[in-house]
Amino acid sequence: MWERILTLLRKEFRSVLRDPRMRMVIVGIPIIQTLIFGYAVTLDVRHVPLVIIDRDRTVASRALIQRFIGSAYFDAIAQTDDEDYARSLVDSATAAAILQINAGFEHRQHGGSAAPVQLIVDGADSNTARYVVNYASTIAATADNAIVFERTLRLAGRAVPFGSVDLQPRAWFNADLESRNFYVPGIIAMMVMLISLMLTSMAIVREKEVGTIEQIMVTPIRPLEFILGKSAPFAVIGFIDVGLITAVALFWFDIPFRGNFALLLFGVALFLLGTLGIGLFISTVSRTQQQAMMTTFFFFFPAMLFSGFIFPIANMPVFFQWLSLVNPLRYMLVVIRGVFLKGVGLDVLWPQFTALLTIGVVVMAVAVSRFRKTLS
Amino acid sequence: MNLRRLWAVARKEGLHIRRDPRSLGLAIGIPMLMLLAFGYALTLDVDRVPFVVWDQSSTTQSRDFVARYTATPYFNFRGAVTNYTALERAIDAREAMLGLIIPSGFARSVDAGKPAAVQAIVDGSDSNTAGIVLGYAQAITLDFNRQLALEQIQRRTGLSPGAGLDLRTRVWFNPDLASRNFIVPGILAVIMGLISALLTSLTVAREWESGTMEQLISTPVQPTELILGKLIPYLAIGLVDLVLAVLMAVYLFDVPLRGSVPLLFGAGTLFIVATLAQGILISALARQQLLASQLAMVATFLPAFLLSGFAFAIANMPVIVRGITYVVPARYFVALVKGIFLRGVGLDVLWADALFLAVFASIMLVAAIARTRKHLS
Repeated sequence: MWERILTLLRKEFRSVLRDPRMRMVIVGIPIIQTLIFGYAVTLDVRHVPLVIIDRDRTVASRALIQRFIGSAYFDAIAQTDDEDYARSLVDSATAAAILQINAGFEHRQHGGSAAPVQLIVDGADSNTARYVVNYASTIAATADNAIVFERTLRLAGRAVPFGSVDLQPRAWFNADLESRNFYVPGIIAMMVMLISLMLTSMAIVREKEVGTIEQIMVTPIRPLEFILGKSAPFAVIGFIDVGLITAVALFWFDIPFRGNFALLLFGVALFLLGTLGIGLFISTVSRTQQQAMMTTFFFFFPAMLFSGFIFPIANMPVFFQWLSLVNPLRYMLVVIRGVFLKGVGLDVLWPQFTALLTIGVVVMAVAVSRFRKTLS
Repeated sequence: MNLRRLWAVARKEGLHIRRDPRSLGLAIGIPMLMLLAFGYALTLDVDRVPFVVWDQSSTTQSRDFVARYTATPYFNFRGAVTNYTALERAIDAREAMLGLIIPSGFARSVDAGKPAAVQAIVDGSDSNTAGIVLGYAQAITLDFNRQLALEQIQRRTGLSPGAGLDLRTRVWFNPDLASRNFIVPGILAVIMGLISALLTSLTVAREWESGTMEQLISTPVQPTELILGKLIPYLAIGLVDLVLAVLMAVYLFDVPLRGSVPLLFGAGTLFIVATLAQGILISALARQQLLASQLAMVATFLPAFLLSGFAFAIANMPVIVRGITYVVPARYFVALVKGIFLRGVGLDVLWADALFLAVFASIMLVAAIARTRKHLS
């Protein structure tokens, strides 16, 4: 039996890796993907392009403007009195916000009333807009505090102390709030899933499409051996990709690795059980490679989106949160991020490992039994 | 080019599609499924953030401070903890995103007119959420400070200095900051790109793999007719997808469509042709379906998802990556779709994006035809 599996393995490795371009793809895609993710995927917002309309032109208005552009959050890209021009800059997405100070700003501020300031924010990108609103209200609150302090000084003739809360933020696991640290480890799970799903399902369906599956069926190879021989190469490729992506993450992006690498590999093994099973299942319901590819996507997309990879699960409607409980990617991401960033071990991650194992065994059992039926 | 031959190729390809109802169904189903997912379930909005408090002060003042947090819809109070380990465990187990530590001297400092340090510990592993959470916390704290200052000044001096500044924020195009309005038009572009690439990346490779390419070569069909003929049925599917997706965005998700509908579909057609041609080019280069599918992933889906600006703002990327986005057709289409949907602007603002898309589509078509010609001879 082992001899037959070994023969099949060799044949399978050869048919996948025969094409030098395919070899490039297997090594190249994970690296390219990691690099793009590491560099491109950031939801952090800095240097928001700001248009300034200052109709007051006084010391007070300039001081407020300075508070905005003196921070790292805003860059003044234009100062104008022409509202239409300012609007056109927002329309074309050149500017993300307009700060408008109307005449009388300083006068009202000195007169002891609240001086109005307008901030117009481009809401088309709601994520950036939320940051802009947060930044601006922080800056405004600080400015307001300074104004109240000065005003009291003038009115009372002395400095009146007032208490305040000094919030000292500390971000655990990711002190600089680098989005890279969050996304890059997750790519491991995503790549392993995509490769094991797509390559397994397409490789098996290709035998059907070209007709070689009949030839294999007349050999003494048994279904289980066929499955093992077909899926093992992709498991191996999956593990190679884990190594590659981890290397890029550690040595290129300086992502911290605080946990145990062996534990990570163990998690990947359990995860692969499930994804290879799904790949196998897809192969049983597909006749052509195109069908296999599209069915893979039909599964892979929701799995990726409802895993917490980019969009937090806690923000989803309850129904989808329940749905995500059967998604192996969800658990794998917790394991990977836990091992990379938090350095936690089995004592914290055992529920995820149990879930991965359960999903893996169930899916594999269903897929194998279905596969046997389609072969015979 | 002969129209009759072109039509024959188109009919042949159409038959291929018709004989494979599942692929056709998926070509319609995947976009609908993704739109539903994005419209209903996926949001970057952050609210009801779970938080715990370790209140070592336990005074009216400290409870007053915590009440500010519980009063907003942004935070969801998950209970008090009485030591650091419990707070640590709550964050480790992801039961809380934020932990506030109020020192025992809180009330004393505040009453004495001195700053009191409160630690805000946030789970930073999801940096985007963490950044927004800290922004909320900061805003609530500053608001607390403002009121505290006014109260204490009044108590000490009898003066009421009043507020100094009144920031009036207005959000254009999307006043509620609903991330749905931001994501749905963008995802429309991503889906269209993905589907077109999936549809055509295998068609020419399949002909090579199954050996039918040789038969096609022996017919009088010209490369131009072959490529355009293969493209026509898929363009039809892509347009059906586009119509359905726009209808869903507008009627199901209430995303405002403020600009010109013909312009939207014009841009959509250009984009579909560009990505279909790109898929055919990949297919012609790879000549093997497994390889073509992998190449299509890297060349179309990834850039459309990551480098198009649909969720991740291009302005925040490093210069080199920003440079790469200029050769990603989805970038232009995302700009067009968002401009037409939310801003309601027309070609006077968007002409450059439309032009780039047209240029890209032509280059891809010519390259796909040239590549096929080379193989034929």
